[in-house]
Amino acid sequence: MADVLNLHSRPEASDIGERLYRFPGGLKLRHHKKIACELPLERLPLPERLYLPLAQHQGDAGEVLIEVGNSVLKGQPLTASRDDRVVPIHAPTSGMIEALQDWPVSWPPNHSAACLVLKPDGRDEWCERNPLPDWQSLSQDTLIETLRAGGLSGLGGAMFPTAAKLRGEWPDIHTLILNGSECEPYISCDEMLMRERPEAVIEGGLLLARALSAEQVVIGIEDQMGAVRRALEAAAKQVDAEQRCRIIQVTTIYPEGGERQLIQVLSGHEVPHDGLPQDLGLVCLNVATAAAARDCIVEGKPVIERIVTVSGPGIAQPRNLIAALGTPVAELIKAADGFSSEIDRLVLGGPMSGLPLASDQIPIVKGSNCILALTPENTARAQPEMPCINCGECVRVCPASLLPQTLFKFIKADKLDQADGLHLFDCIECGCCAHVCPSHIPLVDYYRNGKGQLRQQGVEDARAARAKARFEAREVRLEQVKAERRKKREQREQKLQQPQVAMDEVQAAIARARQKKSSGDDGGKS
Amino acid sequence: MKLALAGPPHFPPIQTVGGIMRQVLYALIPAIVAHLWFFGWGILFQIMLAIGFALALEAIMLRLRGKPLKPFINDYSAVVTAVLFALCMPPLAPWWITLTGMLFAIVIAKHLYGGLGFNLFNPAMVGFAAVIIAFPIDLSQWLAPRSLSAGLPGFLETAQAIFTGSLPASLTWDAISQATPLDALRTGVAENRMVIEIRADAIFGDFGGRGWEWIANFYLLGGLWLIWRRVISWHVPVAVLATTILVSTPMWLIGPDVNPSPLQHIFSGAIVIAAFFIATDPVSGCATLRGKLIFGTGVAILTLAIRRFGGYPDGVAFAILLMNMIAPLIDRLTTPRAYGHPK
Repeated sequence: MADVLNLHSRPEASDIGERLYRFPGGLKLRHHKKIACELPLERLPLPERLYLPLAQHQGDAGEVLIEVGNSVLKGQPLTASRDDRVVPIHAPTSGMIEALQDWPVSWPPNHSAACLVLKPDGRDEWCERNPLPDWQSLSQDTLIETLRAGGLSGLGGAMFPTAAKLRGEWPDIHTLILNGSECEPYISCDEMLMRERPEAVIEGGLLLARALSAEQVVIGIEDQMGAVRRALEAAAKQVDAEQRCRIIQVTTIYPEGGERQLIQVLSGHEVPHDGLPQDLGLVCLNVATAAAARDCIVEGKPVIERIVTVSGPGIAQPRNLIAALGTPVAELIKAADGFSSEIDRLVLGGPMSGLPLASDQIPIVKGSNCILALTPENTARAQPEMPCINCGECVRVCPASLLPQTLFKFIKADKLDQADGLHLFDCIECGCCAHVCPSHIPLVDYYRNGKGQLRQQGVEDARAARAKARFEAREVRLEQVKAERRKKREQREQKLQQPQVAMDEVQAAIARARQKKSSGDDGGKS
Repeated sequence: MKLALAGPPHFPPIQTVGGIMRQVLYALIPAIVAHLWFFGWGILFQIMLAIGFALALEAIMLRLRGKPLKPFINDYSAVVTAVLFALCMPPLAPWWITLTGMLFAIVIAKHLYGGLGFNLFNPAMVGFAAVIIAFPIDLSQWLAPRSLSAGLPGFLETAQAIFTGSLPASLTWDAISQATPLDALRTGVAENRMVIEIRADAIFGDFGGRGWEWIANFYLLGGLWLIWRRVISWHVPVAVLATTILVSTPMWLIGPDVNPSPLQHIFSGAIVIAAFFIATDPVSGCATLRGKLIFGTGVAILTLAIRRFGGYPDGVAFAILLMNMIAPLIDRLTTPRAYGHPK
């Protein structure tokens, strides 16, 4: 362990995971992961209806390819993918499209969005698939195209379009980091996946590395995941003949599973604040994304299901389930024997940074890793929000080395530009600051709010600036035209005021007219 | 099903303001017991009086400012201010001194600046500075510690002294009072006596003053417990104590006749309580880690300077108030480099 010294220089492939570095701040949290790992992974039976949000990624939804009333087959694309940023969705099973309607979704919180409603017909009949088990011989383009058509977006939660991450104008990517360090308490879907299907994770990593032409794959897992390590190593022996995969265990300190933190831990380098991991020669993907990529290429199976952890103090039998995308949360909770007591909150994701759910009818999407049920006792607060007492605990735990208390004061005082100056946008919203705040200030809410306002201002400012620039350019242009006209007129007037010149002008005009007449048709060309 | 839609994190924070303040109070208990043993009942009266005045004034000010009483009384911040102030008082100081101190601490330093979280200056130290400037004679009348005293005043005698301002007929000031070790040092050095001579007096113990050094030990114990509990970070105490040693050692080595030893400095007066309990006040101190180190260093240097050159035997209160003035600036200058940004 060492402090991070290297900034902005690029690490070499051999540096990654060679030794482990620390990131500042962070918290040691109780894990609560075992409770959901006791029961084996099981496939949830298909519900009566699936609700499929058209947009299950960061970006705009693709164009809908089918019509209401159509029958669809399992794996059939339901939306089109215009480019790498538009991720298509697929039918998780065969059935009939009943409707295209607004339905509650997890993002944005407390909102509805356009969803296709699919009524399964129970036959679970596949469309024609195109498995490519011999992916070693495929070109990068074919791999990326297949993954794009398979609807891959980051399964870790952020749902970033995977194809856009793979196909960039990056100089050279030497390492693919697979993020298996699920640092939030309660979430264990990735751990379960790595234990149950380690070879899928590794094969997926290898084919993604090929798509990136990266020389190695580094899988970062937590130091508490001993069983996972053994499973991955055993699988690597079988599927990774060239030994291009390395499994690295990192110290469990929340939020070491954050992309930027994991990169810092593994490489000692920081991703530039205005840059991307690609600037360091790295691409970071979730282990579940890797397994989905493998299924997509090797089996021709698009992203139509995922592992979801159903856990928390309010769940009777916490467990991990394989659920078809579009399955309402209520179905998963039912499969976990329902609630054990009265529920105060349902959370999508972990307790530190998860999204509150407004309803249990919200469907599972590609990034839904965990459903957490919390009871009123879990969420009760011992005091109301108090003034900040400047204790500096938030400073101590901030993994981005920000000054959370000062950011809060600036945002509260509406001094957003000053908050921006203290790098508000580098806040990763991990929630560490709010977790230790003795004044119980909902700091993350303030930061999100401040960022939202700044974005809006930024957009408006940019728009205003463009409009102003346009207006000014037009003014300048008009002024120039006017000036030119004035100048010409003045010149002419000046000329005409001199009798000789005026006479010459008249003579010249007459001469021109004569010439024009005599030269006939072809002279009038100009 | 009614679901709450509050933002993350979804579990409540791991601590409360009241919880922090209560732990500070628990950490003071060993030193208070030592105080009680060495200097008699006085400290109990001083604490009770200060808490009573502080809570009454806090309630009045909250009412006047239209703030809710319950959360702000329950935060225990006024109680901590009161107890720290009381620990700086001579055991038999009359009640109106405490009232004056609390008026300055709670009304002026705290609520006139905006209440909890908004005070620029450490309220307890504002209160103490006000009374030591206003009533220097009363504040210099310390009792002799147990082993040196003909007899510490009893419970009723203490009560009489504090509430009437006059001693019972059976006691005289000369019999029970004694200069504090720091006072004795200051006047001794001023009279051109050597430190070693001055230290021959019975009021001095192994390191600091007799009795005082034990109280300092218990502050240290409580302070270490606070660090272990993560109520305070180690930065301020380490900076205060290390700087005291680093600055006073060379001076002591060069001029042992006029400069007391580093241990003498630490174990007499208020250095240890300041290091762990007063300079660690979050509101008026620094929030960045490097800022905390600078703040503690400044407190120690200023305290030593005032002890050596100033007009008061102990300079802790003034040192802390002076550092409070520049704490926001220190925080600004020690802003850490954010992730992914160049230096």
